[in-house]
Amino acid sequence: MQKEVLVDPIFNNNPIALQVLGICSALAVTVSMSTTLVMAAAVTFVTAMSNAAVSVVRNRVPSSIRIIVQMTIIASLVIVVDQVLQAVAYDISKSLSVFVGLIITNCIVMGRAEAFAMQNGPWLSFLDGIGNGLGYSAMLIAVALVREPLGAGTLLGFEILPKVTAGGWYPTNGLMLLAPSAFFIIGLFIWAIRSWKPDQVEEAEYEISPNAHYREAM
Amino acid sequence: MVEFEHLLGIFVKSVFVENMALAFFLGMCTFIAISKKISTAFGLGVAVVVVLAITVPVNNLIYTYLLKDGALAWAGLPDVDLSFLGFLSYIGVIAAIVQILEMFLDRFVPVLYNALGVFLPLITVNCAIMGASLWMVERDYDFAESTVFGLGAGVGWALAITALAGVREKLKYSDVPEGLRGLGLTFISVGLISLCFMSFGGIDI
Repeated sequence: MQKEVLVDPIFNNNPIALQVLGICSALAVTVSMSTTLVMAAAVTFVTAMSNAAVSVVRNRVPSSIRIIVQMTIIASLVIVVDQVLQAVAYDISKSLSVFVGLIITNCIVMGRAEAFAMQNGPWLSFLDGIGNGLGYSAMLIAVALVREPLGAGTLLGFEILPKVTAGGWYPTNGLMLLAPSAFFIIGLFIWAIRSWKPDQVEEAEYEISPNAHYREAM
Repeated sequence: MVEFEHLLGIFVKSVFVENMALAFFLGMCTFIAISKKISTAFGLGVAVVVVLAITVPVNNLIYTYLLKDGALAWAGLPDVDLSFLGFLSYIGVIAAIVQILEMFLDRFVPVLYNALGVFLPLITVNCAIMGASLWMVERDYDFAESTVFGLGAGVGWALAITALAGVREKLKYSDVPEGLRGLGLTFISVGLISLCFMSFGGIDI
């Protein structure tokens, strides 16, 4: 049970690819690997801690004010993360700018608190938080692995593909650093995951009838 | 007159060039989830415009007069810097305003209330709302600028979600590879729309 809770969200029930949660910040920070790793760690920490905290107080909070309570817990945790980041890694905190604050409204955190932590014990909820954080991280890191090398020729700041401008052979692909590429890459990843695990494929809204004659199709 | 042009510049920029959804990926969860039909997408868009146009200026006032470094000088506390409380207060303000707006609409404009329905409470956790407030702080807008920015950001978001809903309404009749059906294709269409919006990049007023 514990292992399932921890491992399931990484591929089988990925928060981004299947649950459609937390995409907001997922795309913006993936331009470079270092910001991605920091963001992934921050989200995993907040999800795990808030899940545990919400789960501890779940039987004492009237359901009418539970959203506010969850919000307060999450916002306090994010303030902690933000202050620590500003103290320890100021440059990265600056380049993440508003996206650290946006962890508060990250649907993964809220969604897991509401969907899992309200029904389960603290330890299990903590594991669920870690698992979902890891699922989110896996997706982010995969996207960053495509975007940073192809866009800037570097990975974590080290040169992987020597750029033309610096005497190498790789002409950098500027599109990879822009917003649209993140959408394309996530879309393609979802396609890949669903081809690998066909049970995640969505039902078609309209059945398209097969062509009756081969000639019609041509 | 210069002031007006400056504000118009902020408005155009926040609608087209720095579109909340397409350039900063804000409000994506709702953006993807509620863009299947044009009518619901438009309703949600209107709700976002209203909430953004109110919350951003209000948060601006709170930031300038309560939280900013030295903002409490009027209360005799010039050395106090409460800006670390920002996140907590913004989300509180947003939740409170959405609640008030809901009760106000329920009492006085029931038609609009019924049209917006379940979207209003959902908006509290929409990253676009929170994001706009945080951008406002980050860019140091004053009151007039933040009002225009809030309005522009809302209109931009509404425009983007309505456009996506229009595309998706057509797309559901098309024959796509199985793994791409639904979410995957939606992401790729958003990417294409976002690419189109990049062509507004040169606009500068």
